[in-house]
Parts: sequence; C-alpha cells; structure tokens
Amino acid sequence: MRHLKKDIIPPLQESRWSHIWAGFLGDKLATLSLAILVFYCLVAIFAPLLAPYNINSPNFMDLTNAEIAPSWISGDERFLLGTDDQGRDMLSVVLYGTRLSLTIGICAVLIQITLGICIGLISGYLGGRIDNFLMRCADIQLSFSTMMVAIVFLAVFQALFGMDMYQQLAMIMLILVIGLAEWPLFARTIRASVLAEKQKEYVDAARIMGISPKRIMFKHILPNTLTPVLVIFTVQISNAIVAEAALSFLGLGMPASDPSLGALISVGFNYMFSGSWWICIIPSLTLIILILVMNMLGDWLRDHLNPKTYRD
Amino acid sequence: MNLLSVNNLHVNFHIKGQDLAALIDVSFTLNRGERIAIVGESGAGKSILGFSIVNLIDKPGYIKSGSIKLQNKEITTMTPRLLQEVRGKRIAMIFQDPMMTLNPVLTIGAQLVEAIRSHTRISFKDARNIAIEKLHSVQIASPEKRFNQYPHELSGGMRQRVIIAIVLLLNPDIIIADEPTTALDVTIQAEIIQLLLDICRDNSMALLLISHDLGVVSRVAERTIVMYAGRVVEEGPTLEVINDPQHPYTQGLLNALPQMALPGQRLNQIQGNMPSLNERPTGCAFHSRCPYATDKCRQQQPDFIQSGVSSVACFMVENMITEFEQNTDEESL
Amino acid sequence: MSTPLIQISQLEKFFSTNESWLSQWRIDSGKLKRKKDSVHALNGINLTINKGETLCVVGETGCGKSTLARVIMGLTPATSGEVHYQDQRIDHLNDRQRMLFRRRMQMIFQNPYASLNPRMTVYQTLYEPISFHNPQLSTAQVDEQIQTLLESVGISASSIDDYPHEFSGGQRQRISIARALSVEPDFIIADEPLSALDVSVQAQVLNLMMDKQEERNLTYLFITHDLAVVEHFATRVAVMYLGRICELASTRVLFSAPKHPYTKALLSAIPRLDNNTTQPIRLIGEVPTQMDNPIGCVFQARCPYANQRCYTESPNMIRQTDNSSVACHAVDEGRL
Repeated sequence: MRHLKKDIIPPLQESRWSHIWAGFLGDKLATLSLAILVFYCLVAIFAPLLAPYNINSPNFMDLTNAEIAPSWISGDERFLLGTDDQGRDMLSVVLYGTRLSLTIGICAVLIQITLGICIGLISGYLGGRIDNFLMRCADIQLSFSTMMVAIVFLAVFQALFGMDMYQQLAMIMLILVIGLAEWPLFARTIRASVLAEKQKEYVDAARIMGISPKRIMFKHILPNTLTPVLVIFTVQISNAIVAEAALSFLGLGMPASDPSLGALISVGFNYMFSGSWWICIIPSLTLIILILVMNMLGDWLRDHLNPKTYRD
Repeated sequence: MNLLSVNNLHVNFHIKGQDLAALIDVSFTLNRGERIAIVGESGAGKSILGFSIVNLIDKPGYIKSGSIKLQNKEITTMTPRLLQEVRGKRIAMIFQDPMMTLNPVLTIGAQLVEAIRSHTRISFKDARNIAIEKLHSVQIASPEKRFNQYPHELSGGMRQRVIIAIVLLLNPDIIIADEPTTALDVTIQAEIIQLLLDICRDNSMALLLISHDLGVVSRVAERTIVMYAGRVVEEGPTLEVINDPQHPYTQGLLNALPQMALPGQRLNQIQGNMPSLNERPTGCAFHSRCPYATDKCRQQQPDFIQSGVSSVACFMVENMITEFEQNTDEESL
Repeated sequence: MSTPLIQISQLEKFFSTNESWLSQWRIDSGKLKRKKDSVHALNGINLTINKGETLCVVGETGCGKSTLARVIMGLTPATSGEVHYQDQRIDHLNDRQRMLFRRRMQMIFQNPYASLNPRMTVYQTLYEPISFHNPQLSTAQVDEQIQTLLESVGISASSIDDYPHEFSGGQRQRISIARALSVEPDFIIADEPLSALDVSVQAQVLNLMMDKQEERNLTYLFITHDLAVVEHFATRVAVMYLGRICELASTRVLFSAPKHPYTKALLSAIPRLDNNTTQPIRLIGEVPTQMDNPIGCVFQARCPYANQRCYTESPNMIRQTDNSSVACHAVDEGRL
C-alpha cells in the first residue's frame, strides 16, 4: 500500500502545515492542551498585572497572616488560595513561580537548541574527524546524568562563592547548567537529519552553484531539519522545568525569597502533614498540569510530524 | 471460460472529506493462460487496479461498486480467510521493489521453505530440495549458495528471480506483475521478462502485467488495456493497439517515444500533465490535452465503441465510424 | 569543427569501504597490518567532450557513470587523473578557485523530487544563483531575468511563489533546468534527467533540452540507461561497464554496427515496438560488483567470447576504421 499512497497522496498535498493545523484542531485533547499552555504563558507574562499583591514590596511578607487556608475553607476573602508559612499570598507566589519556571525552562532549552543546531549541523555536514570528535563529546556528556552534573556543579558553586552570591545568580546558573547539560539530544537529532538531507540532490545543486558551506548549512539544510527539533523542543521544555523543580526541591535551585514552582513545593512539603497542605499541593498541581500539557503536545507533534508515521 | 472478470469497478479514495474517484467503470476479462498488459502513466490508476483485484485497497480507499469475479466467486465480498487463500494460491503479486515481498531478516531459503511448507506437509529436507530446484528453474546460478543468503546480499535482478521462484511454488492461476522490471537494468530486464513469459507459458498461468513501458508490453502481452485518469480508454490485441492506436491518448503516448521521431528532431509531445485525482475535468478526462477535442468531449463521457478488433472510448473515433457506415450505406443504396 | 571543451584523462576514483580507522587493522599471517579496502568506481577513464555536442554515457547500475559526473563537477574529488576545462586543469581546484568554472558548468539531476529544496519557492530557488553570480544586478533586474527564464522553460509566471511540491515531476524538472540555465553555462551534465518521468513528460523535457541546446549552443554530457533516448538525442555515445569505457562511437555507428560484445547485448535488450522476433543476446550471470575488480577485461565474467588473454590482460581502447574506439581483445584480434 505504501506504493499506492505514493500514487494517490502527492497531488493532493496542498500545504503540509495547513493540513497539520486542520488535523490539530480536529483533535480535542490536543486543542485543549494548547489552550491550557497558552493560558499558562499569558499568566506568566502578565503575572505582575494579575497578581493581587506585589511580591517585591516589603509588606508582602507578613507573618501574622501565615498559613491561612484557601478562601473557600477559611472564608478569608483577602487570600484566594490562602497564604504560605511566611504569610505570602499563595496566588501571587504561584503566578510568579510559574513565570520563573517557564522562563528558566525556555531559556535553558534555547541554549540547548543553539548549541545543538550548531554542533549537529557542523558534525553532520562536515563529517569525518570533526564529526567523530563532536559525537564522542556528546556521548561523554550523555553518559553523565543531567541531575548529577547539575547537583555537583551547583553544590561546588555554592561552596566556593557562598550563599549570597549564589542566591543572586541562581536563575542564570540554573539556565546555564540545564542548558549545557542536554545539548547532545538536539545535536544528535539535527545530525541525523542533516546526514539524510545531505544526500539529497538539492544540496549538490547548491554546491555546484558555488554557494558557501555556511550558507548551505543554514539556509538550505537547516530549514529541512527543523521538524523533529520542534517535537523535542516541547518535550525538552517540560524536562527542563522538571529538572529545575527537582533541583529547587533539593535546595540547589531558586532561593525561598524568589521561589520557582519547585522551590515552593520544597517549602510546602515541610507543612504537608501539619495541616497546611495547600502550601505544597497548589504549586504541585500547577506544575503537574503544565508538564502534562506540554508532554501531550509533544506526543501529538511527534505522532503527526514524524515523516515515518505521517499519514493523512 | 473467463478466469477473472472485472465488471464496472469503481474505486474511490476518501481524502479530506472529498470522495475522489480513482477508478471509474473499469471492466475487463482475463482467460486462463492469457497475458494482458495494463498501460498508463503514473496516476492513471493502474496500480490501484492491481491492488483492488486482490481486494488489498486500504483506507482511505474503498471499492465503491462493481464486481470482481474469480471463476464466478465474488472477491469484493469475500471473507478475510477466503481472501487469504485467494491471494496465496490463486493470485500472486510481483512488485517493482522485491523487498516489498521478501523479509529482510530471513534467508532466501527460509522464505522459500516456509512458502512450500505452508501448503504441503513435508520435511524440511524435502522442502529444501524443492526450493533449490525452483531456484534452479528461475536460472539462479549456484542455488545451494543462494539458499543461505539474505535478500540484501543479492542484486535486484536476482531478488526478482527469487520472487518468481516463490510465485512458482504457490503455482497460482494468475500473476499480477506491477512494474516488475522498472528498477532493473536493460539486460537484466530482458532476462526477467523472458523468464516471466516462459513460466506463464509452461504452467499456463495468466499474467496481468502493469507497466508504463510499451516496449516491454509489446514483448509480453497478447492484449493491452490503456488507462488514463482512472478509466480504460482503449483495449485490444497488443499488436493492434501499438501499430494502429485509435484513442488520441494512445497515439500521443506512442508518438512521444524517441524511436518515433527522426534523430535530432523534436519529439511529438503530449501537452500538459495527467490531471490529479481532485482536478479531473468533466466529460472525457483527456480533452484538455487532446488535439481533437470538441465541445461534446468537454461535456460528455464517451462510451466504448468497437473499432475493428479494439474497443475505444472516444467521440472522434465514434464519429469516424458512423460517417464511414453512412458512406457505405449510401454506396450500397 | 570539433574543439574539445572538457578533456578527461586517466581518471580514477576509489571509494574506501572501511573508512573507519579501527576497521582497517587486521591480522595477516600472524602480524597486525593496516589495510584499506576500496571499490574502484572509475578505473582509468579517458574522454573528450567536444563543444556543442551531446555525449551520452550509457551503462547499467553501478558502472560508475554517476560518479563520473560528480567527479567532473567537483562534487567528489578524484583519486587520480586530470579533468581539463578548455585548457585549464580543474580537478584539483579548491572551492574559491573553482568559482570561475561554476558558472560555465552546471548539472541537472535525476530525481526531480529531491533536487529542489522543498522549503524554497521557485523564486527563491532561482534568485539565489542569479544574484550570487551577478552581484551587480539590482533586485528588479534579477526579477526580470527570473521571469524570462521561467517563461522560456514553460512555467507560468503566476506560479513563481509556489513551493516545489505544488508542481508535477515534469514541471520540477523544468525548474531544475531553469536553475541550471540561470547562470548561463556552456556545459551541462544531465544525470538521468528523464528516468523518474512518465513517457509523455519525458518527451516534453527532452524537447526542452534540445531547444535550449540550439538556442544557447550548449554542450551536454547526458548520462542515461535508456538507449532509445540515446539513439535520438546523442551525437556520440560512450558505453561504460564497471568503471571503464568499453566503446566510444558516434551514435549512428554505434547503433548500426556495435562492436563490443557488451554493447551488442545492451542494444539487443532494448524492448522495441516493431520487431518482436529477435531474441535478446543473453548474458550469463549478474553484474559483478566493483569490489571483486577482476584482472584483465572487466567484462570477462559475462562475455561469451572471453579467452585466456581476456582473463590476464586488460584491453586498451583501440581506434577502428569507422572512427569508433573499442576496448576488446576479441575485436582487436578479429575474432568478432
């Protein structure tokens, strides 16, 4: 039937993207996932406007308000989702936490992509010794688990420069560590696609025109290798967010004064069994929904963009 | 008696909410031991016809109406189990790419032995002997050595021979060969074609050859069916179709061959392209490329008409015949 | 009349089959030795292509005809031998030095579905080479050139912003031809440009190529396996077998009086419409791979006329009375 499809499908292929978009809208789960993700992004961007309290104001922390239950339990109209152990409004803290987690996740993955694309393109296009060297580097990098590298690195950094310095630079450090630890995934994917694309005649045609290797790599080959990258992109963002949350939970992430979702869960976990469950559960749910939605989108994209499984 | 008869077959493809006709009103019959060729360009629906005969059309395609009878047994409504039997023992298929049939992780021998033992209960050793004998009969040199090799170790021509050996083992009534030599070199192609001809003659098997190569067709087939845009446009004895083509499309196809023009001169090309499934025109599908098209051609679909020993679906031929008959009538008066 | 445009002498190309450094080591009679295995894709090719002619290279899969094209274009470096364009040697040039010749030599590829970048519109595909090689042109001038070029290959200007997948195979091949012509070359290599197309479309593309040759006085190196096209289109024909040229003759001579036993078999195997009576000459066995490159004549294993000399001595190209050249001992000795 493969054979038959070839006969039938191509003349009907209008624009692949509009086709995929139509399929996407037809899938309720995927549409719902995207809607939720868009909601998260909007909330993250407009957190300073949406949050009922300004978390940077000195009055924000008020120990007299500590551990108030969500309004539907306590009836306290001031705090919709209650307050945490230091009297901070949970809603505001979670909004800012989401913003922070998403920022770290996206920035880390952007670093991964930039590195991955450059290394993958060079490795795949030039081949030979350079390819061998870069891919062995990737193997070595992959043989250490991301968490291990991050823990060791962040712990050493904390010990060397002290807590104060660390707290100031925590966000940048997290982005760098998570970003640098997982570039091989992108590099390998890009390299594999480049190897396949390089065989195609349009690359030869460009070479015959005398177009420089750099231009061929970025202008001709790269656009044709981005489909699998898009799939990994969504999955990797959720991985990066989880990694950040895990590091924060272990006390190596964002400081309690400037909490991400992971840091909030970490703090809340101490109160889990003392009755103030909402301090832990609310950021946890926020995180879980975010990760679930991103993975769903990633799966959907993988199923529908992979040329091997691509069906009409 | 007809071995296979296809009557008014319509096959549609349901794509993106559109119901597109891939085969329209296809009818033909195949007798025992007869060799028929189906000729057409890509998109004409000739492969789809091959697949629908064994009811192998997958979604989004489906057989909309019509009947396919194998010795009076209807194939379109057969149960999957009976179909399986038909596909294995009665009708065999040979594809352009032998790897569609061969399993890349099993040796040639294992696949042959499996084919033998699937319908006769004999020991491995006996099956091996039969297999080697069959490999020998399809002119594979040193079959004992090949028996233990994997498909990827063989050349394209050799793989196609192995497929033919498997087909021989199944001893079907009909072989459907879908562009069996397109991927092969000329010298190998000539050998495979000869081999196919020989086994069909020797075992009185019927052959349905699907091809775009009129040269191959003229060597193999007794009758030729020309397809265009999902329809049969001309049918007749091969020599007749090639030497005296009636339908403008058949004429164009033949005239486009390089050997039909003087060396160094322009070839006689047919303008334009075959319309794709979703842009088939009304009336005769060929009218947009036909040099003789009239308003009638643009509006109505011509019916089949007998012209000599061939049958053709074309208004121009129809007019010519009626005029000719009128003239002879007047003369006789 | 016949001025040579491209001259190829003693061109050889080996492909290493154990590229990886580690797999080159092996134990041979108790000692560890490093050995490179290689495939001989081109085995001493001598060929002259004259200005304004169409030289067809014919041969079966794996005979090295595509490698020949890639080596001439500089896509693959040659192992040894020389390629001259007019009087300049071009095979050893680096990318920058080669730039001068890029404009003069172009290529049309086999697969119209892979030879156009799927993410570039027709306009972008043509804009890039024109503006790259003519940086002095303004955008408006380039646009104008693209318009005339598309018109001349029979693609309507209204589809200028369409992507390759919106065209049929024949139309894509026209766009490929337009791209090759965009830099106004003298010499075009066409590597099986028709084999992926339908019969009626093949005629269209072949006509287009012939028109362009007349218009621009192009020289073609046309690589194909389809002898019917060769007979129609070629000025001269070179028959290749396993990395060697075994017969080189003008089209008329080759088709009326083929000499090499392989050429004879090849010609007899063309399925023709007119005479179904002649049986093709049967060659015994399959095409050997270039791995087991035989000593002596490359065709020995399948040749019905092979004798002892053919197994030990490789035949040279010998010029015949009718100006064709044949590499065959049997022809040389008058046995054939």
